[in-house]
Amino acid sequence: MLAGVSLRRFRQALHPIRPVLRIRDLCYAIDSGSRALMRGLDLELADGEYVAIMGESGVGKSTLLNLVAGLERSQGGTIELDGVEVTALDEDARTRLRRARMGFVFQAFHVLPHVSVGRNVALPLVLNGWSRAAIDVRVAEMLEAVGLGGRAHSAPRELSGGELQRVAIARALALRPGLVLADEPTGNLDPANAARVIELLRSQIRSQGAMGLLVTHSPLAAASADRVLVLRDSRLWSAAAPA
Amino acid sequence: MSAAIYFFGRLRSHAGGSLLCIFAIALGVALGVAVEGINRSALGEFARGMRTVSGAADLEVRGPREGFDERLYGVLGHLPGVGRASPRIELEAKLAGRTDALRLVGIDIFQAGSPAGTMAARAGAGDRFALLDPDAVILSRAAADWLGLAAGGRLAVQSGLARRELRVAGVLEGLPAGQRLALMDIAAAQWRFDRLGILTSIGIELAPGTSVGQAQERVRALLPAGLSVAPPLAAEERQAALSRAYRVNLNMLAMIALLTGALLVLCVQALAVSRRRGELAFLRAAGMTPREIVAWLSAEGAAIGLAGGVLGVAIGYAGAGAAIAWFGGDLGAGFFAGSRPALVPDAPSAAAFVALGVGAATLGAFVPARAAALASSAAALKAGDVGREANRRPRALPAVAMVACGVAIAFAPPVGELPVFGYVSILFLLLGALGLLPWLAFHVFAALPEGVRAQTMLAFAQLRAAPGQAQLAASGVLAAVALVVAMAIMVASFRQSVENWLAEVLPADVYVRASVPGQTGHLDEAAQRTIASVAGAGRVRFVRNAGVLIEAGRPELALIAREDPAHSLPLLARAAALPEGVPGVWVSEAIPDLYGWRIGQRVRIPLAGAEHEFVVAGIWRDYARSHGAAAMEADVYRRITGDRRASVAEIWLAPGVPAAEFARALRAAFAGSEPVEISESGAVRARSLAIFDRTFAVTYGMEAAAVLIALAAVAASFASLAVLRRREFGMLRHLGMSRAQIGRMLALEGAAVAVLGVGAGLVAGAVMSVVLVQVVNRQSFHWSLAMTMPLAPLLAFALATAVLAAAAAVLGGRGAMNVDAVRAVREDW
Repeated sequence: MLAGVSLRRFRQALHPIRPVLRIRDLCYAIDSGSRALMRGLDLELADGEYVAIMGESGVGKSTLLNLVAGLERSQGGTIELDGVEVTALDEDARTRLRRARMGFVFQAFHVLPHVSVGRNVALPLVLNGWSRAAIDVRVAEMLEAVGLGGRAHSAPRELSGGELQRVAIARALALRPGLVLADEPTGNLDPANAARVIELLRSQIRSQGAMGLLVTHSPLAAASADRVLVLRDSRLWSAAAPA
Repeated sequence: MSAAIYFFGRLRSHAGGSLLCIFAIALGVALGVAVEGINRSALGEFARGMRTVSGAADLEVRGPREGFDERLYGVLGHLPGVGRASPRIELEAKLAGRTDALRLVGIDIFQAGSPAGTMAARAGAGDRFALLDPDAVILSRAAADWLGLAAGGRLAVQSGLARRELRVAGVLEGLPAGQRLALMDIAAAQWRFDRLGILTSIGIELAPGTSVGQAQERVRALLPAGLSVAPPLAAEERQAALSRAYRVNLNMLAMIALLTGALLVLCVQALAVSRRRGELAFLRAAGMTPREIVAWLSAEGAAIGLAGGVLGVAIGYAGAGAAIAWFGGDLGAGFFAGSRPALVPDAPSAAAFVALGVGAATLGAFVPARAAALASSAAALKAGDVGREANRRPRALPAVAMVACGVAIAFAPPVGELPVFGYVSILFLLLGALGLLPWLAFHVFAALPEGVRAQTMLAFAQLRAAPGQAQLAASGVLAAVALVVAMAIMVASFRQSVENWLAEVLPADVYVRASVPGQTGHLDEAAQRTIASVAGAGRVRFVRNAGVLIEAGRPELALIAREDPAHSLPLLARAAALPEGVPGVWVSEAIPDLYGWRIGQRVRIPLAGAEHEFVVAGIWRDYARSHGAAAMEADVYRRITGDRRASVAEIWLAPGVPAAEFARALRAAFAGSEPVEISESGAVRARSLAIFDRTFAVTYGMEAAAVLIALAAVAASFASLAVLRRREFGMLRHLGMSRAQIGRMLALEGAAVAVLGVGAGLVAGAVMSVVLVQVVNRQSFHWSLAMTMPLAPLLAFALATAVLAAAAAVLGGRGAMNVDAVRAVREDW
């Protein structure tokens, strides 16, 4: 893993601040096109950059994440991830891209209740065809990283909300994805747990050299990002840099 | 405002699941209603037919189908207390040139005011004396329409081997719909059908103030052996008894379809309750007691049952009406062959079926309702609740006890000649198997491997973690498969036994019959001599089929007079030695059950008006008559009765003579006579097996209905489960699982559920089939069968069911699989 991070730093030194997520002129409307959520929206994320997006409820923050993930189709504009134009891919290709390059953290954790904590973390690795031995090593590593070492065999029902979100973070990062998409990851947590989860998410994204796109209402969560943008009037605007 | 809106509103908002449940219950109820409706109508028609003929008779004297001496009429007519005696002769007249028979009733038209006379006077001719013409006949409207005849038309019937042309003197209107019969003057009928001096029944109207019981005793004292006197109702009861076992069997099949419907309700309700966990927990938190929650959830089931029951009654009667219109009142077993009764809806039985539907659906809803009411509401109210109960180890002991009870109960004797405990045993075995399913699911799924691919890993993990949900879906499959397997083994055993039996009872090359169907044709001695003299005939044996009434309350016993019964019947047991001077009688398996006769026992059989002593010389297997048959030496029968006619000729051809050539020669020999029926043994066997298959055709339809309901249960379960798991599917789609992978995961789960249900169903069905064959069949129809396991068809069925169930699972889950992955993971949408 350290070798991977070093390689990325080396690449960054050769090509400083190379944007690897590029969104151009993105358009998206709902209510049969009568209500535009995005109109000519642009965004660039550099390798290893962690960006928070804020905005009022219903302005399309989560939709933006879904468009980036290829879960929804835009009505105009392009999204490129590492040079691959997501918007030009068919559903299967988008699914494969998501499987190989992205990690998700949800507000409601979405930890599978019928498999163990370890199996939950292993899921992206299994989907990507990792060997059993490699999976075991990586799962142990990730659980250790999120403070749940030794809980691989626990059932999700035995965990608290904060712990479940930590499992979700471990799952999102297990594959070392290039992009982590987090949608209100602290929405269901108390302030103390929320702070711990935010710190963990930031540190894990950073330590793995991934890009992060965080959608949140929480100023505390947004403060952990490199940049904070506000989605308003169908476009992204820069917010004051966090203290 | 009632709490009802919080519960019944869901039935509307989840209309798909509710409608599926309603249709499942409706299908079970409809099957029961249709079977009951058709049988009730056919029985009702028979009863009306009896009343048409017997009119206002208080008592009726009946004899065997061959009739009795008419001098009894004179004796009874002068008996104190007897107001009027009405002699009758009833015949199933073979229609010439057709393969049908018509019920022909010979009445005394001179009896002014008698029901029969009044009936004749009502005929289209308007003149009862029109019947005095010995060739005149009055047809009922149903018979006239059936035969396409009107007044002045000619009706051709067969008597012996002769053709008789009868003139239609009128058409009788006003009889109950569907009554096909012809009226003749009694003397003409006796003459034209070679029954001079013979009656088959005498209706007795008592003088005012006479006690029916006392009169019955006085009449009985005068009756020769083999005759009975009873209120006319007894004949209806006898007919009802003839078909009762078959009718009960069909009703039991319908009840299993209804039980499968109840399991579907249970599946859907259990999963609906699971989905509403938070909602129910909130209601608990808001002050609703567990008892109230159980009551309301059960009321949801009752509402489904009521809707399904009412719909089922409507569908059932519509189906019964259509079935009667297309196929008549016979469900395949031949008890009501040729009848075309008017469908008579019966409010009490319809209400009973609606109640059964309500009961089944309420039970289906009660079980999960109780579990939901007892669940922890605090956990369900918690944000991020995973919504799963701890995986408790199920207990097998109660279910094993139920199976043991089922096995023990199977040994109990019949009740009222019905295998009541046999059915209870099957119910216990089925419930026991259903009860064992959670235990089985727990252990089988626990043994599943981890799985390498994501969909395999997730599917197996789901099954391991929630065997209860899989078991719910599997329970419908189990019930339906068990039913089909039990019936398939029983039918295969029966069919194989019948095939073997036919090979034994049809040893000759060619069979000649004079009257099929009907009883007016016969082979007289001249015809017998003709047959024996036809070129190519080797050995010829003649068999006489008659009837004898042993007990007044029972159907007539078939009497078979033939050469050498000891070596020409498929004997199961025989007496070591017969006493000197007492003729032997070889009885079918039903006789020991019904009359208690044992090998070596001396019994008295009424023949030709007197009782004669026989000794039971053997017991033989007879799959043709479930109410008993007794065979005796033809010589003995002829000596006692003087009846030298034959019903069937068994002919072994001379070596090298082709059957077709012999048949041509035989027809030539009978040129000018009404054609006899000539069949090769192979054709008789094929025809018998075709009748056998037709008898069971209706059961196949009912089994198919149960399987359809079970597949619907699987689809409904997986649809509900998939909705319950839509967030999981959404998350998996976020993580990069394709729809196809999720589909494969669901198919794998569906297949596992199906394999569990089918596997358990196969075992349960096999056990149930033993009870069906050895207990239900034995006690219903009094015949023993050798067990035959139709392995290849069963395995094909099992495989097809597993594949269909997997497909149903994917189909059921498709809605949730296709749900917007984005919406699925959002809680605040």
